[in-house]
Amino acid sequence: MKRAQRPEGYWHIVLRQFRRNRVAIAGLVVVLLLFIIAAFADFIASDKPLVMKYRNQVYFPVLKDYAAWLGVARWETQFQNVSFKDFVASNFDKRDWAQFPPIRYSPNEVSLTSVLRPPSAQHLLGTDDVGRDIASRVVHGSRVSLSVGFVAVSIYVLIGLFIGALAGYYGGIVDMIASRMIEIMLTIPTFFLIITVVAFLPPSILNIMIVIGITNWPTVARLTRGEFLKTKSLEYVVAAKALGASDVRTIFRHILPNTIAPVFVAATFGVASAILIESTLSFLGFGVPPSKASWGSILSNARQLLPSGWWLTVFPGLAIFLTVTSYNIVGEGLRDAADPRLKES
Amino acid sequence: MRIYFVKRLLLMVPTLLGISLVSFLIIHLTPGDPALLKLGDSEQRSGNQLLAAQIIDETRALYGLDQPLYVQYLRWLKRILTFDFGESLRDHRPIIDKLKERIPVSVKLSGISLLFAYLISIPLGVHSATHPYSIGDRVTTIVLFGLYSLPNFWIATMAIVYLGGGDFWNVFPVYGLASPNAGSWPWWQRLEDELWHLILPVTCLTYYTFAVLSRYMRVGMIEIIRQDFIRTARAKGLGERIIVYRHALRNSLIPIVTLMADLLPALLGGSIVVETLFSIPGMGSLSYEAVNTRDYPLLMAIFTLSALLTLLGILLADFLYTLVDPRIGYEKSATA
Repeated sequence: MKRAQRPEGYWHIVLRQFRRNRVAIAGLVVVLLLFIIAAFADFIASDKPLVMKYRNQVYFPVLKDYAAWLGVARWETQFQNVSFKDFVASNFDKRDWAQFPPIRYSPNEVSLTSVLRPPSAQHLLGTDDVGRDIASRVVHGSRVSLSVGFVAVSIYVLIGLFIGALAGYYGGIVDMIASRMIEIMLTIPTFFLIITVVAFLPPSILNIMIVIGITNWPTVARLTRGEFLKTKSLEYVVAAKALGASDVRTIFRHILPNTIAPVFVAATFGVASAILIESTLSFLGFGVPPSKASWGSILSNARQLLPSGWWLTVFPGLAIFLTVTSYNIVGEGLRDAADPRLKES
Repeated sequence: MRIYFVKRLLLMVPTLLGISLVSFLIIHLTPGDPALLKLGDSEQRSGNQLLAAQIIDETRALYGLDQPLYVQYLRWLKRILTFDFGESLRDHRPIIDKLKERIPVSVKLSGISLLFAYLISIPLGVHSATHPYSIGDRVTTIVLFGLYSLPNFWIATMAIVYLGGGDFWNVFPVYGLASPNAGSWPWWQRLEDELWHLILPVTCLTYYTFAVLSRYMRVGMIEIIRQDFIRTARAKGLGERIIVYRHALRNSLIPIVTLMADLLPALLGGSIVVETLFSIPGMGSLSYEAVNTRDYPLLMAIFTLSALLTLLGILLADFLYTLVDPRIGYEKSATA
């Protein structure tokens, strides 16, 4: 009874509105699915068995690989630098068994005996010009896309919130400087700026994240500034200040939670566009290092091989399309749900 | 009104200065040495280290790259005041000549693309808005949403691979804007040849703009159709056609027309990806070359030009507002 008397919170309303939107929920499911794929990429596509029994002992090579990478464990000498597939084929007898992941290839596993194979039961999405399995590369490529999307957007949301909040809250000279900075950054052609910087940095995912992060903050800053200008003279803010709340407390505890919805919506669309930027950069050859599989770099490779094979262009492109569309759908759903004009409908 | 726009024009100067300073710093502070690049691999491989070092030093001195950054920036500013963009580091040609060559190509390409985008999206948006939630509207909404998220480098690659003689059909040319020996053809043949070359790149450039415009058009039109003056027009017994095309359309054009301002920089900037993939010698591929060769003066010229265009675009948007909607005026804000 007590809970029913409390007015419904803003985020509660947004969530309720969002849940009604079946398309948006479907988009969210795809986004979560992509996250699971990215997180468990090594358990979906790897040349090492998930579990195997060899001479009465059970091993977990995929997990072991993580442990070895972290430095907590070492490979047994008999497994050091071995290809598990060869090992299984040559050393196993009747009592031994190995359970491989659904895709039994690593993203960088070269096999010159199966070059440019079309999709088959063995290679679900075919192979490229040096025999790397496309399915495995697409699965592992999701890691690059999603991590770039998230880290880059987090960087610029943080910068944008900080600058926008300062400008909107303090006004005056702070606002003037911040607004000029926002205006300048919004006017510079962003994509061109990004490739100018990225082209001459050593290829790395981190560099891409940082460059996207520091070039895209102005949109968030402008949104936050506007929301702060609207909110700072509202009664509850004045009341908080009258009660003696410090500036920091007023900004972060009172104003920010009420202004963050549009930023959240912008960030969702931002992830979609960051993923697009990353894949374009990798496509142009400025993106990830060659050892990393990325959707853009698979496509770039496919373009250089003409005639290549339809599987090389279709699947990585579909992966990008699916990801970007789902984020856009979720963003639209959030925007509609957060729009106060639609609340009553 | 005029005073307001003059004021706005003058306010652009400090912004442009800021932009040029930021671009200058970014370009010069990122790693990569144009003198080294210019030297190329051949001299480096020859093993004559002394000669190589000497060439690098002389190249730097020649272009003033050995000076402190602020001196270089001030020099650049001084030259730009007389519209002197300097010489390309790569082939010593004046940058202004390069721009003169490339800009018309991009203007043509983007101009055609914009024209098509508007020509298709306006009637489509109107139809969707006048038949909301019909099957046609639902299908267009879904298709437009899809177009919105399609990476253009993917579409361009697919077009080249499947329609340009890669894996399947060899229907369209995928290299440049004219066939190699087109110079000697009569004009109608040349025109046909060029149109044939334009189809794929223009499609790749257009679909995104088209999707954005149509979505705006539909939303704008739906909002207008719900307003009182449309109901009044219906009550008077006006025909649906007149209501839609004379009363509603004019009012719903406002957001679409002002979007033009956002699209203006694209007109010149071209598309880096599409122009590079189709080997079209426009501003987009020039930008790509400038990045790859670290051509400082050329990079600066491109940055400044596109920033200038963006600013002019914003100004144009504000001006267009007053044209399409006489209720909007800037006199008050000009005095404030």
